[in-house]
Amino acid sequence: MNKAVNQKAWFFVLPVLVLVAFNAIVPLMTVVNYSVQETFGNNQFFWSGLTWFTDVLRSERFHASLTRQMIFTGSILLIEVPLGVLIALAMPRKGIWVSICLVLMAMPLLIPWNVVGAMWNIFALPNIGLMGKVLNDLGFDYNYTRQVGDAWFTLILMDVWHWTSLVVLLAYAGLVSIPDAYYQAAKIDGASRWAVLRFIQLPKMKRVLTIAILLRFMDSFNIYTEPVVLTGGGPGNSTTLLSIDLVKIALGQFDLGPAAAMSLIYFLVILLLSWIFYAVMTRNEEW
Amino acid sequence: MARISLVGLKHSYLAHPAAPDDWALKELNLEWQDGGAYALLGPSGCGKTTLLNIISGLLQPSHGEVLFDGRDVTPLPPEKRQIAQVFQFPVVYDTMTVFDNLAFPLRNRGVPETEVRTRVQQIAEMTELSATLKKRASGLSADGKQKISLGRGLVREDVNAILFDEPLTVIDPHLKFQLRSKLKELHHRVPKTMIYVTHDQTEALTFADKVVVMNMGQVVQQGTPEELFLTPHHTFVGHFIGSPGMNVLPCEIDNGNAVLKGHRIATANKAPAGISGILELGVRPEFIHISDTGLPATVTGLSDAGRFRIAQVNCLGQTLKFLVSEDHPIATGEVHLTFDPTHTHIYHNGWLAGQEGLA
Amino acid sequence: MKRTSWLVPTIYILFLMLPIYWLISMSFKTTNEILGNFTLWPQHFTLANYRTIFTDPTWYMGYVNSISYVTLNTVISVTVALPAAYAFSRYRFLGDKHLFFWLLTNRMAPAAVFALPFFQLYSAIGLFDTYLAVALAHTLFNVPLAVWILEGFMSGVPRQLDETAYVDGYSFPRFFTRIFIPNIKAGIGVAAFFCFMFSWVELLLAKTLTSVAAKPIAATMTKTASSSGYELGLLAAAGTLTIIPGAIVIYFVRNYIAKGFALGRV
Repeated sequence: MNKAVNQKAWFFVLPVLVLVAFNAIVPLMTVVNYSVQETFGNNQFFWSGLTWFTDVLRSERFHASLTRQMIFTGSILLIEVPLGVLIALAMPRKGIWVSICLVLMAMPLLIPWNVVGAMWNIFALPNIGLMGKVLNDLGFDYNYTRQVGDAWFTLILMDVWHWTSLVVLLAYAGLVSIPDAYYQAAKIDGASRWAVLRFIQLPKMKRVLTIAILLRFMDSFNIYTEPVVLTGGGPGNSTTLLSIDLVKIALGQFDLGPAAAMSLIYFLVILLLSWIFYAVMTRNEEW
Repeated sequence: MARISLVGLKHSYLAHPAAPDDWALKELNLEWQDGGAYALLGPSGCGKTTLLNIISGLLQPSHGEVLFDGRDVTPLPPEKRQIAQVFQFPVVYDTMTVFDNLAFPLRNRGVPETEVRTRVQQIAEMTELSATLKKRASGLSADGKQKISLGRGLVREDVNAILFDEPLTVIDPHLKFQLRSKLKELHHRVPKTMIYVTHDQTEALTFADKVVVMNMGQVVQQGTPEELFLTPHHTFVGHFIGSPGMNVLPCEIDNGNAVLKGHRIATANKAPAGISGILELGVRPEFIHISDTGLPATVTGLSDAGRFRIAQVNCLGQTLKFLVSEDHPIATGEVHLTFDPTHTHIYHNGWLAGQEGLA
Repeated sequence: MKRTSWLVPTIYILFLMLPIYWLISMSFKTTNEILGNFTLWPQHFTLANYRTIFTDPTWYMGYVNSISYVTLNTVISVTVALPAAYAFSRYRFLGDKHLFFWLLTNRMAPAAVFALPFFQLYSAIGLFDTYLAVALAHTLFNVPLAVWILEGFMSGVPRQLDETAYVDGYSFPRFFTRIFIPNIKAGIGVAAFFCFMFSWVELLLAKTLTSVAAKPIAATMTKTASSSGYELGLLAAAGTLTIIPGAIVIYFVRNYIAKGFALGRV
């Protein structure tokens, strides 16, 4: 639409600006402040320049949690996106079942994150939980509280359970918006099922899939509650992802300097990666 | 090439239709000759798109058969009927080039690549797309995309008929004229049966040799544009075709002749004896003339319509419209009107008297 | 579509329902039964867990607290987002694109980064352990989302509507409340839904900013898990109850989900 130039529009934006600035800028200033200073208690601070930053960037611990985070995010993206699209493609387009399907699928999305963690915690317990017991009965030596592989398996399965529906709902919305005429024309042109997927459905879903991938990427990179409740970051620190590590350092150890530096690095990493994702996915496209 | 026949066709979208209104298409029998250009004309919701989809196989009719050259194709899906359809808004495969779009139907059927190339270039030249063959289809304007849709329809040699479902709807008005003429020209070069669905009478009357007028799921009349104009079989056809539409006046019958408030009106047809029901007189604005004697009327308005003017009068309590040429002076106030007898008709319950139910 | 394609969504839904079923069935068992032998459904069906929750203030207040700050947050977020979205939709002004983008980057921020700073900030202004603190903290993420969603819907309403209203003599406030808002009802619904959803499920900030008075149910649940050593039945009942508000909300917006989740930009 044709927008008029009007500087008075700033008044409309002011409430939002004040609120978000208060919540974003003030804390971030604090964080920046801490990240370049050192303290030995008694509220005395010394300037330490970039020491904390280099410490964090060089620390084994940071490399380890970053690596774990990348593996986690990579894995869930590789599973949830194709799976979500597949389910959306297999769903009926019209009829009474559509509502029921969508409502049931949306349920995991509205469960408080700690309950998701707790649910899976109980569900996967080796002798008491449904999944734990069944897996052990089937002959697998499964114990997510003790074995690293099992912990990762459970963690990823839980995330897939939790968030795939978001991809399904978005992909489904994209599919449903394709006018019938495209399918009709494809029929008349003699196109195969695969050709319809490749030339009609996937291109038309590109926009929603971009949103879905970006959201899943960002949220999984920031994930905190579910893994904490499920495994506490363990066994040991094998499932300690970036946020978990950060909170340990900040709220657990109250190591203000390192925590602050790590926070800024963390924020920058996700901004950078998001921007890269976004640029790669929307090149050549009329947005 | 095909002669298309529709026999006993009826369709309802409901599983168990009860009332007449539940039927989207009421009983239809139509025959279209091979290679002709036909239009299906009617207002929104009259069933023309339903009919088109039944012909192309995208819809299975509740009753009746579709025959191509006498062969029953009703159970066949679209890809087996060898038809092409151009839809209301442009359907192109965005990720492919224009060339690949045109080649798509041929490649799907396993046509060898050299043949594909020749054929595509032929069609591109016919539809003036040759310059854009290497471009991505998504970059073209709406009319360009419709040309691609059209091209995809023409590219297959074995196509029996090409069906158009209101293809000019999204085209800019100044380009509509160009595309319309292009379609007519194409029909001369490619003599396949073409069926064109529209609610726009100009499109229908310019494109088609014969027009089928539909309303509420029924065929009201079929004939050449001339026939529809000069001898409408139904008042609906009279209203719908022509701008302004036909004037319709309630009248009485005396001995088979029309009588309008005591004035005898000569008509082209006579009403059969003992007729009762809604009786009306229909006469097009083009066939009403001012004379010294005739029906008294008062001029109530005059509007400019370019090359002529439309006069609105009150005649014996009815509003009538007729045409006056630009330079003919018209006095306001009282005038006298005569109706051209060859082009004035009596209508009974909407239908042309003496021809009820005959479409 | 293949004949058996219904199998895929069916299996997926079954997969989704399994852990939920397990949680619910556990909520009706005694802790003894849970720890004792493995049973697929409650052998000794009991409502004791639920009774505890409904009678013990430490438990049911958790729900009250959660619903309170979530509602407060939704109201604040949508209210401030409305004028801002209107501005983005109708006007160009200095720095508008940058502002919009900056707002969206806040949605990407890791909550963990804000845990400690928020703790200090809200303590400093004396809002620690209040509904307002959590509600305001959550606006960091919800307001950008609400603005984004509302702007999309508002852009779908033609400017002619605004102009006609001015010509008819409406003052801006009257126009906005009487004419504009009814036109974007769906957008407000979607925005409110997402705000509710995010605020209801978030735990880290909610826990960090509260201790007793405004403690959300999520925090109460984690306390139980560690201190009294796995009162699983109780935990399961508490968890089951938290699913209910979500289910109710989904039920109310089910038609919008069925119509394709139109975020206005999808």
